[in-house]
Amino acid sequence: MAQAQADSRSRWEHFTHGADIGVRGIGATKEEAFEQAAVALIAVISEPMRVAARREITIECEAADSEVLLVDWLNALVYEMAVRGMIFGRFAVRLEGIRLHGTAWGEEVDVARHEPAVEVKGATYTSLFVGQNPDGSWIAQCVVDV
Amino acid sequence: METTLLKRVSDSEWQIEPHEKMRVPAILFASEALIRDMDAKVYEQIVNVASLPGIQKAAYAMPDAHWGYGFPIGGVAAFDPDEGGVVSAGGVGFDISCGVRTLLTGLRSEDLPPIKQSLADALYRHIPAGVGSRGLLDLTDHQLDEMLADGAVWALRLGYGTASDLERTEERGRMAGAQPEAVSDFAKNRQRREMGTLGSGNHYLEVQQVVAIFDEPSAKAFGIRHGDIVVSIHCGSRGLGHQIGTEFLRDMVAQAAGYGIELPDRELACAPIRSPIGEKYLGAMRAAINCALANRQIITHLVRRAFAEVIPRAELTVLYDVSHNTCKVEQHQVDGHSKEVFIHRKGATRAFGPNHPAIPEALRATGQPVLIGGTMGTASYILVGTPESERRAFSSSCHGAGRQMSRHQATRQWRGRQLIDELASRGILIRSPSSRGVAEEAPGAYKDVNVVVEASEKAGLSRRVARLEPFICVKG
Repeated sequence: MAQAQADSRSRWEHFTHGADIGVRGIGATKEEAFEQAAVALIAVISEPMRVAARREITIECEAADSEVLLVDWLNALVYEMAVRGMIFGRFAVRLEGIRLHGTAWGEEVDVARHEPAVEVKGATYTSLFVGQNPDGSWIAQCVVDV
Repeated sequence: METTLLKRVSDSEWQIEPHEKMRVPAILFASEALIRDMDAKVYEQIVNVASLPGIQKAAYAMPDAHWGYGFPIGGVAAFDPDEGGVVSAGGVGFDISCGVRTLLTGLRSEDLPPIKQSLADALYRHIPAGVGSRGLLDLTDHQLDEMLADGAVWALRLGYGTASDLERTEERGRMAGAQPEAVSDFAKNRQRREMGTLGSGNHYLEVQQVVAIFDEPSAKAFGIRHGDIVVSIHCGSRGLGHQIGTEFLRDMVAQAAGYGIELPDRELACAPIRSPIGEKYLGAMRAAINCALANRQIITHLVRRAFAEVIPRAELTVLYDVSHNTCKVEQHQVDGHSKEVFIHRKGATRAFGPNHPAIPEALRATGQPVLIGGTMGTASYILVGTPESERRAFSSSCHGAGRQMSRHQATRQWRGRQLIDELASRGILIRSPSSRGVAEEAPGAYKDVNVVVEASEKAGLSRRVARLEPFICVKG
């Protein structure tokens, strides 16, 4: 499992939480951090690079604050993947205040090719944080339950 | 966890005196070694639980306790609605009614070697496991509602099992008070095609051998002998339970302040039992319990099919079916009076002692079987509820080995293929669609289950009856 991507400004990583895994997206903007957090979510399941962008799914969320919005965004992805039997690999997020317009690209799960390790059951409020680093970059993170 | 933070009551019991916002003490059942290995977060979380409104007697942590969501996993707490008691979505956990069912097979260990490979393959073929796997059924809205209302009883109506299976299932296979209408369409959609699937992560199906008997009379009552082959199924309410947990957690966080509940941690989200959202959650949570019971019932049917294909003379009967993520209404002794409480068991197993009316008649004099899942390379246990378990922790015991290493650490330390080969050389066959999934579930990533059950026995929570070791493990 890749711990993190190349150390560019926009990247993702995992962090440890007891039995489960934390997902962290880092980006120049809050939107990018949300997109990268989604890639980190996929990396819990499989290698995001193995997923082909064959279909496009749009997702809309709204929440009281950015942190709950992050949980809602990740949970919406979990839901869409579960009911569609899909896995996503690429994401685009546009934020309007507490409203999120998201797009996810992916394909149907192919066990042989994707070798999914584990289902993510959902995103949680544990170690949930959305905010800025001193250098101005954004972080969006939480623990996911597997 | 530092033992200096705790008051030592005995070798197996530690107490946190009420301080600051705690309404009752917190009690941890564990050996000194287990306490030292326990995550410091367990302290913080159990203190938070002891601070919730309407909590009775104490907040308890089982010997396998570890850092959970709001509640520690291995947490037990009872609430009285008359004293402002709450119900907590985090206190039940995301995988509602996750549990273990053990089946007797009538086979002996000497029957297994010639059929082991073909049985492993047949089980893997029949029982959908892993990410993206689908069940045999594609339920309509009406069928979903029936399943959520009637649990394993519904599965029987479809031909998946026999009446005696229900007798050996908690709640006799059907959790009363379920409200399918309290379950969102999202949750239902996630479950529509997932009935009779094992899932992934720590869920499994194992063919096991009874390798030790600790309590002959109880073993006899349970129908197990040294050398017997049994099957254990560990799974829960799948996507449905998780969706319910996620949705109610969100709503309870939003509404808590309105009910005057101060949440030290959002994951501890709760609502008064007597509130519209509390009641709705209970209705949905009970529906999820039914989903889990139906799921394990369908898997039982699939296991029978696989055995029939390979060794038709095997006769699979249910020993028992326990759930370890629930909130249930039970009668318990509090301050010398028997009263009805809402008891949360998050990663903890109900463990009724002898003569409890909820235990099937054939087992009643012995006590309730308590089924403990181990890891694919070590052991599982069958325990029994003790007469003192009621007094110790509202008739509750541990639920499994408990993780001690993150998935990340596990994948750094082990390779799935290598682990599968290593276990095969010890006579344990693994069938899994994911080698990384196997590495993440490496036996070494868990605490020593032997130590956990010993601590449970020493603390009087339950008593050892039999130790089981795996022959075949189907992993999601």
